[in-house]
Amino acid sequence: MALPSPEDLKAQIEAGVPGASVTVIQNGSPSAQHSLLLDAEHARAVAELLRDHDGWRLDYCSLVTGVDWPDTETSEKVKVKKMVKAADGTESEEEVEEVRKTKVAGYLEAVYHLFSMEKKHGPVVLRLRTADRGASVHLPSLTPVWRGAEFQEREAFDLYGIIFDGHPDLRRILMWEGFKDYPMRKDYVPPADEIPVVEVHR
Amino acid sequence: MRDALLDRDVYEPEEGEIMEVSMGPHHPSTHGVFRMDVKLEGERVVKLKPVFGYLHRNHEKIAEHGAYLSAIPYTDRLDYLCSMTNNWGYVLAVEKLAGIAVPERAEYLRVIVAELTRFQNHAGLIGFLLQDMGASGTPLMYAFREREKILDLFESLSGARMMCNYMRFGGLRVDATKEWLDEVRALVGRLPQFVDEYEALLRANEILLARTQGTGVLPRELAINTGVTGPMLRASGVNYDIRKVDHYGIYDRFTFKVPLGEHGDVYDRYMMRLLEMRETLKLLEQALHDIPEGPVMDPKVRLRGLRPKAGEAYGRIESPKGELGFFLISDGSGNPYRYRVRPPSMINLTILEDMCVGENIADTVIILGSVDIVLGEVDR
Repeated sequence: MALPSPEDLKAQIEAGVPGASVTVIQNGSPSAQHSLLLDAEHARAVAELLRDHDGWRLDYCSLVTGVDWPDTETSEKVKVKKMVKAADGTESEEEVEEVRKTKVAGYLEAVYHLFSMEKKHGPVVLRLRTADRGASVHLPSLTPVWRGAEFQEREAFDLYGIIFDGHPDLRRILMWEGFKDYPMRKDYVPPADEIPVVEVHR
Repeated sequence: MRDALLDRDVYEPEEGEIMEVSMGPHHPSTHGVFRMDVKLEGERVVKLKPVFGYLHRNHEKIAEHGAYLSAIPYTDRLDYLCSMTNNWGYVLAVEKLAGIAVPERAEYLRVIVAELTRFQNHAGLIGFLLQDMGASGTPLMYAFREREKILDLFESLSGARMMCNYMRFGGLRVDATKEWLDEVRALVGRLPQFVDEYEALLRANEILLARTQGTGVLPRELAINTGVTGPMLRASGVNYDIRKVDHYGIYDRFTFKVPLGEHGDVYDRYMMRLLEMRETLKLLEQALHDIPEGPVMDPKVRLRGLRPKAGEAYGRIESPKGELGFFLISDGSGNPYRYRVRPPSMINLTILEDMCVGENIADTVIILGSVDIVLGEVDR
């Protein structure tokens, strides 16, 4: 049995998990692997539904990864009417061009690729987004649903700084304990190599 | 006098006393720089935590800073025993992302080099596993003798024994000559004899059976839930081979079987590799028989200035170690916005603690050996 289309999947998930909101995110590439954006609050319940549903049986979580979407700033030129004072002191209304900047807050994203070993279909792509890139970078861990996510969520924590609530063992995995930064973030600047001063004794 | 010496030297642990052992990172059985923090009660393992990252060079960041083409040589260095399959996984993902088709002859050559890679990886793995078990030298040298012949073929085809850098999105870098294909045919004709010999060498050995059967059992449900893939998953009896499931490339044109294990112990994982080597030879025979003439590269593909339109793709193949996947996000520019490797070696380690708890400390070595890891891929 083939998987339903992302739109049908969205409708069935929203019917199956009360309160869950799912957004279908279209994928413009020829691969046409569209994804489902879940709300963090119901993500665990949705994941359990996807795993246990008789028709889908998405029992295998293949890939988990973080993606960084930094804050963006869009600027547009807007024509604004303004009172302009001329040199002789008279005021008149004129159209002036102004650059208006809008900041869009960035976020961190966790992407899960699910397959079914029993039904041999997939992938279903799930996405979870944090509120921002600073203070609230918490997402629910899906490791209790698929243990295959354990090391990969640890890696997303290590390299992106996403904190997975409910993960059994959230520690750094590739970088060392005590390392401060998150090297896969787009704004990470690697430290300059320090050249040690070597004294030559003759 | 003698008794007094013995009293001092022989250490008798108290009941329930826990000893911590740090195996590695420079332990010969860890196949690289890998550490296991083991807690022991007597000789029995009660806790085990794998520690890795010693070879981490942030492969993904490097690839995100370069063009799509420039990531291919880096993929060689992931699982450095299987550069051909690594290349294939990556170019498959790019082909999905950009919608690139591959010429017939290139598809056949991809199958040929990938199956040769699988053969030499499994032969090498069995050699290392038997070495870990104490069959010192001989099995490993037998495996390396055949592996060397395959690497010679890779060298004459691509210019390098291990870092082949052979595949490109849209085809292959160079075509194989008729002489090269004849050499492969001659080698594939000789290999079944090698597998027979290799199997007869130790398959029914009493020590091997005693040490491997019932050791490090991985139950079926746990294997699925932990995302274990490859021969290790199939040793636990799960019929999941991406060559059969996805039919990527042209694998739907060949007849071959997927061997399955029953018990999920070290012995099954060892036998799985032997059986897969035989199936690989069947695949090679068919591919070498059917390979057509023609170009190996789509001339319309822009290798250097590839700019796929914004979107994402996940491409995966059955590498010798399991599911090797590449996840790419394009923002329309010349380098990937996100480049992610799904490393089968690392994810197969999730289960290491569960398999080792309750076993002897000496058995952790062969359990790790049967997982088949390469640290270049675990750490990236």
